Amino acid sequence: MRYSAFSIVKNALSGNLKWKPQWRQAEPKPHYDVVIVGGGGHGLATAYYLAKEFGVKNVAVLEKGYLGSGNVGRNTTIVRSNYMLPGNEPFYEFSMKLWEGLERDLNYNVMLSQRGVIMLYHSDVQRDAYIRRGNAMWMEGVAAELIERDQLKKMIPFLNYDHARYPILGGLLQRRAGTARHDAVAWGYARGADRHGVDIIEHCEVTAIRRENGVVSGVETTKGFIGCGKLALAAAGNTSRVGEMADLKLPIESHVLQAFVTEGLKPCIDHVIVYGGGHFYISQSDKGGLVFGAEIDGYTSYAQRGNLATAEHVMEEGVTMIPGLSRVRVLRSWAGVMDMSMDGSPIIDRTPIDNLYLNCGWCYGGFKATPASGYCFAHLIAKNDTHPVARALRLDRFARGYAIDEAGAGPQPNLH
Amino acid sequence: MASLITCPHCGVRPKEEFTIRGDASLVRPTLTASDEAWHDYVYVRANPRGRTLEHWQHVAGCRRFLVVERDTFTHEVHSVTDGAAFATENGR
Ligand SMILES: Cc1cc2nc3c(=O)[nH]c(=O)nc-3n(C[C@H](O)[C@H](O)[C@H](O)COP(=O)(O)OP(=O)(O)OC[C@H]3O[C@@H](n4cnc5c(N)ncnc54)[C@H](O)[C@@H]3O)c2cc1C
Ligand SMILES: [Zn+2]
Repeated sequence: MRYSAFSIVKNALSGNLKWKPQWRQAEPKPHYDVVIVGGGGHGLATAYYLAKEFGVKNVAVLEKGYLGSGNVGRNTTIVRSNYMLPGNEPFYEFSMKLWEGLERDLNYNVMLSQRGVIMLYHSDVQRDAYIRRGNAMWMEGVAAELIERDQLKKMIPFLNYDHARYPILGGLLQRRAGTARHDAVAWGYARGADRHGVDIIEHCEVTAIRRENGVVSGVETTKGFIGCGKLALAAAGNTSRVGEMADLKLPIESHVLQAFVTEGLKPCIDHVIVYGGGHFYISQSDKGGLVFGAEIDGYTSYAQRGNLATAEHVMEEGVTMIPGLSRVRVLRSWAGVMDMSMDGSPIIDRTPIDNLYLNCGWCYGGFKATPASGYCFAHLIAKNDTHPVARALRLDRFARGYAIDEAGAGPQPNLH
Repeated sequence: MASLITCPHCGVRPKEEFTIRGDASLVRPTLTASDEAWHDYVYVRANPRGRTLEHWQHVAGCRRFLVVERDTFTHEVHSVTDGAAFATENGR
């Protein structure tokens, strides 16, 4: 069913009883041309573009839980392309452009809100670093603006400008950046993929990868064996575990990141604000809750829950930046398990096994990448050739000495 | 709970007193080892879901390096050994 103003009125008049499910509950067929492990945003986007852009229709997405139960439903919904390094910036800008056309493409409201992302600076050195980042963005044709303190005070009056240790001196703004409704992104891609014939199989965990004569012939799952021509891994925080099934050695550690949402408030925060004095970031959801998070918990974890000490630290950072936050009640907190890669940047590549493809290492920045990740991964799977904007994201970059280290932290995943 | 670590020298302390350096099961290759061995040591991680060994440095306490055996799923800490003692025990 195509959604339109007309379809809404028509369904309203028939008591909203005639809406159809957004995707079929598919049962596995014995064999697919492509099987994708992981029904998160990236796996679903890959399936969608495979079918729609590259004509590969005999595709299944296998998800161990329900659709969107992984990081795509746990993130803080920020989309932006204000990266600095050459390997990253064109890729994330490609994603930003896909976001801008996504609702029309999918016929689905993903609630993209280009409210602007502003990263605050607190010292001259940090301002210089942001000017450099802004220039790097301009060099790729992406608009960035440096906002000085006086201008910022008018835009965002409620920040703590005169903090003794981290006074706010200004910020770097990307106006086209903002947020998107995370669940809707998964649902929209799932519906789109389904409409192009992709089987989306939920509650189907991949437990082993079967190989014959050196190539992958299929996967063992909780719903039995499923054969495939090509196997694509998009398992986010569980990549090491799924990769192990094919003896892949990967530059990945799993870490948890927590997020929080407050009680609903009247509109008060217009932008996404990122605190340069720490790692805190905040925005207001369309429902009114303030959504925020900060750094990862620090040690490797598969727990999908965080520790309280980190929660406390997040609150401290938030209140340092916006003193008024101390009056707001936190409604919920949760955590997601992410692949932290050795340079903090993602990996989209073939593997040493010819028909096995890898999409991983998104750290805590992969939501914004969902469209480009899906598009580039589908390109790679369909054509056996890397998409031009994903060339720098190959797996062998560490061995070749071409790590893409935005944070300059070296091969230490908990510092990215 | 991994938010509390029992330092063998200082007792029970919050994790905020420590800096975590990551996988302690890796053995540093010799200087003349192959590029592949060095690549694996610097970049490749087993990343188990379950028990793992990690270096935690007690920076806000005794400043010793410790080896913490921890479950990455339950966050339970099974043992904490002084780094030097661990190295001797394991013939490093
Ligand atoms: C708290 C938090 C905040 C974040 N905030 C942002 C943000 O503001 N902006 C941003 O850009 N990014 C953000 N991220 C990162 C972003 O959410 C992830 O990088 C991205 O969602 C990962 O891709 P995905 O959607 O495909 O992953 P997921 O949704 O996790 O999909 C992977 C799927 O694979 C499934 N799976 C795993 N193993 C198997 C198996 N053996 N068999 C079958 N299925 C399996 C999982 O169940 C899961 O559903 C955040 C992450 C977290 C945790
Ligand atoms: Zn100590």
